[in-house]
Amino acid sequence: MTDFLNAIVALSNFVLVPGAAYGAQLALGALGVTLIYGILRFSNFAHGDTMAFGTMATILVTWGLQSIGISFGFLPTALIALPIGIAITGLLLLGTDRAIYRFYRKQKAAPVVLVIVSIGVMFVMNGLVRFIIGVGDVNFADGARFVINAREFKEMTGLDEGLAIRTTTLITLVTAAIAVALLFWFLNKTRTGKSMRAFSDNEDLALLSGINPERVVAVTWLIVAALATTAGVLYGLDKSFKAFTYFQLLLPIFAAAIVGGLGNPLGAIAGGFVIAFSEVLITYAWKKVLVYLMPENLEPSGLVQLLSTDYKFAVSFAILITVLLFKPTGLFKGQSV
Amino acid sequence: MAEPHLIGEAMTGGYGRGADILHGCTLSVDKGEIAVIVGPNGAGKSTAMKAVFGMLNLREGAVRIGGEDITHLSPQDRVAKGMAFVPQTSNIFPSMTVEENLEMGAFLRRDDIRPTIEQVYDLFPILRDKRRQAAGELSGGQRQQVAVGRALMTQPSVLMLDEPTAGVSPIVMDELFDRIIEVARAGITILMVEQNARQALEIADKGYVLVQGANAYTGTGAELMADDEVRRTFLGG
Amino acid sequence: MTARGFLLYAGMALLIVLTGMFQGWNLALTILNMGLISAIMSLGVNLQWGFAGLFNVGVMGFVALGGLAAVLVAQPPVAEGWNAGGLRLLGALALGAAILVGAVQVWKRKIGGRMRALVMLALLIGGFFLFRASLDPAVDAIEAINPSLSGYLGGLGLPIIVAWPVGGLLAAGAAWIIGKAALGLRSDYLAIATLGIAEIVIAVLKNEDWLSRGVKNVVGLPRPVPYEVDLQRDEGFIATAAGYGLDPVTASTLWVKILYSGLFAVVLIVILFLAQRALASPWGRMMRAIRDNEVAASAMGKNVTARHLQVFILGSAVCGIAGAMMTTLDGQLTPGSYQPLRFTFLVWVMVIVGGSGNNYGAVLGGFLIWWLWVMVEPLGLWAMELITSGMDADSWLRGHLTDSAAQMRLMTMGIILLAVLRFSPKGLMPER
Repeated sequence: MTDFLNAIVALSNFVLVPGAAYGAQLALGALGVTLIYGILRFSNFAHGDTMAFGTMATILVTWGLQSIGISFGFLPTALIALPIGIAITGLLLLGTDRAIYRFYRKQKAAPVVLVIVSIGVMFVMNGLVRFIIGVGDVNFADGARFVINAREFKEMTGLDEGLAIRTTTLITLVTAAIAVALLFWFLNKTRTGKSMRAFSDNEDLALLSGINPERVVAVTWLIVAALATTAGVLYGLDKSFKAFTYFQLLLPIFAAAIVGGLGNPLGAIAGGFVIAFSEVLITYAWKKVLVYLMPENLEPSGLVQLLSTDYKFAVSFAILITVLLFKPTGLFKGQSV
Repeated sequence: MAEPHLIGEAMTGGYGRGADILHGCTLSVDKGEIAVIVGPNGAGKSTAMKAVFGMLNLREGAVRIGGEDITHLSPQDRVAKGMAFVPQTSNIFPSMTVEENLEMGAFLRRDDIRPTIEQVYDLFPILRDKRRQAAGELSGGQRQQVAVGRALMTQPSVLMLDEPTAGVSPIVMDELFDRIIEVARAGITILMVEQNARQALEIADKGYVLVQGANAYTGTGAELMADDEVRRTFLGG
Repeated sequence: MTARGFLLYAGMALLIVLTGMFQGWNLALTILNMGLISAIMSLGVNLQWGFAGLFNVGVMGFVALGGLAAVLVAQPPVAEGWNAGGLRLLGALALGAAILVGAVQVWKRKIGGRMRALVMLALLIGGFFLFRASLDPAVDAIEAINPSLSGYLGGLGLPIIVAWPVGGLLAAGAAWIIGKAALGLRSDYLAIATLGIAEIVIAVLKNEDWLSRGVKNVVGLPRPVPYEVDLQRDEGFIATAAGYGLDPVTASTLWVKILYSGLFAVVLIVILFLAQRALASPWGRMMRAIRDNEVAASAMGKNVTARHLQVFILGSAVCGIAGAMMTTLDGQLTPGSYQPLRFTFLVWVMVIVGGSGNNYGAVLGGFLIWWLWVMVEPLGLWAMELITSGMDADSWLRGHLTDSAAQMRLMTMGIILLAVLRFSPKGLMPER
């Protein structure tokens, strides 16, 4: 029985809890991608770098707050800085839209043109981030590291395995839940939110109904700024901030959005968790769990890791391809084929 | 004779810079009347209606509603002037519920829209039962009802329908025509394009037969039905 | 080519000559060589985007496969490695392939829906463990042999030039797999799929030490041209160099680079010639017809997806060839150095700036953007020094700005791309 409990704890500690946190971060990222796809109708390659920019802005504000002696008790200071980071990113995105995207929207350019334009934006944002904060690792998490650490857990329960819950994990889950709840409340209950869904559903009819497209687009960018910055800051708190890592997040985020069905917010959330758990499950060394479950003489000698962690992209990719082959509109019905 | 409520007078024009499709076409409807545009394929029926709604540029002619010249207004502005348009396809928001579709129809209104929603539900009772359901999941006929309901939400004085019965079964078609008569009785002017010319002319106060973008025959529905030439050429005997 | 084209090419040549005169011929030739390779990559992407409107953002992966080909073809085989587990490893790979083919066959059978899926799943999962069980010991055995120097299987020991077409073939194979899965869906999906395959190729190169030594890199690849030290010992060469008034060391460096330029130029010209012929052929016309109106083309009975697969494979193969050439030029395979911004998106900037749909434009874009990529760094530093010249020598901002000048590259490329898209969307040399 204790063995079984130990196995469960080990599983939670190394797979379930980190997977849930990562899933929440991907889900927030994928929501941003899916909203842009639904409203502006293109795949935004600059999304990873938007997340990086938002995180950078938040980090700079965090440093500013710390230098004047403001902190947030056992929570990271970055949480106070987050709204300001979101505001700065929102301004940047609105500016980008005004200066760049709007021109192509007026021309009714093909989606692929907008994708290429977003690649240009990606370059500029990436350069901007590198220029301002550099390419190195930035660790900006402060406050208490653990809500409950492994040693305390062991003492409390008397088990051999510890369950450590990091503050950042808890913050990630709580913040993501709040953000998603707010988003869905906004989309389903407010006039502006409904007009966004209407615009995403049927642009021409939305125009006939008197919905102002420019306003819908502006609101979308602001929401995307909030989602991207939040996702980026949570990811950065959980791991660390590095410009290039954020660019690489593009692949699992797109995979999550497509697996869930592009343009479908619920799907984006589901997709985020599907991708995150598959990555963690397949790249986890199962030995730690199996030693408790197997009889002694059958205990595995190796790590029992299906794929090395370096192949985590391969996992999102494989899921993506499977979905594209068998259900191109995603698990939840998306907009495109 | 008094000016009709809605008139598109001697309209000439086409899409973008392309060739003219309409050649001096005139359409007019009185308040609370039903006018039906029929004619062979490619006669410019839908185009004529879109011209009235401002979806293409007129080179000549004018459109007036209640005596006011609206020739140069955009479709959105015409909605504010009391026109409502139900496109032939993609005329609902499929992922939104029936009720949300109606709310979106009333997007420009700032007053209480509850009574209007109730009126639409009274007109199409099935929609009241399905109001929490996504419009895209409804049957073809029900979707058309949603589309008409959405258009009615602006409390228009003119309702324009582009082939509302395309692709629905004959029973549903009769039902839909009954509803349209009911809408007209409420004082709303109706202009519609129909493929099912015979049935449409039966309910029409006024019929327009267009050929190659110009008026070929005009009269009351009954007159056109009685006209041998029209019957032979357009109604199949 | 039009008069405008000639002028642009002359201008490009002038830029390289000026670089040589002011910054040294060594740098000018280095830029020229990478410019030639970039031009080939750019041609490859232009084949896909310009001809067919296919959106491939996995250029990096195909380039890296070309690099792998250089190792597999040219490095001497490691006998100990082969003895330790070479055949076992090949057997394991064959088993893996057989399992995949088996799974596909099961899927293609039109029998019992649920049963079919279960059988396929069981085959795949069971097969995976079987595959790992046979692969892992072989890999361990190979990687255990002298890991600091070899620890891999090596290659075939053939001349490295052979690696160029082989690189093309490897890239073509990968393109076939990815094209089968993602072509025929909307363009964004192909983009994401290619982005993914590129990351996977790099992950394989980084992690499969038995194949490519991973992050330990393969250095000292054989060359298709003489080594500088050999030239410097060659009496005849010293005499010729002296005739031009050059010392043997400088002369040998330059001569080696010129030889590379010659080889690369031949490949570029051949590919350019073929691409031009293809563009003008009925096949090329059909491609562009499909690009301009897919629906109409497929209504005319053209098999759009099959055509797309063809051109996707061809373009990827060209990128693979360029990748093999680049690794040859570098003399080493360093999987850690493949960055998507540099190898995928920069090539895209080349194509768009040069003029998509126009082969000469793509080539010009390759040279020009590569030249800029190299030059922006010193130019940025110079600009930063100019901007900060009024500041205190030890001010924080001045230090930060000069340190960050190196990051100007990406921003400059982005701005150039956006400017071209906005003001001259057809590029410097538009498609007629």
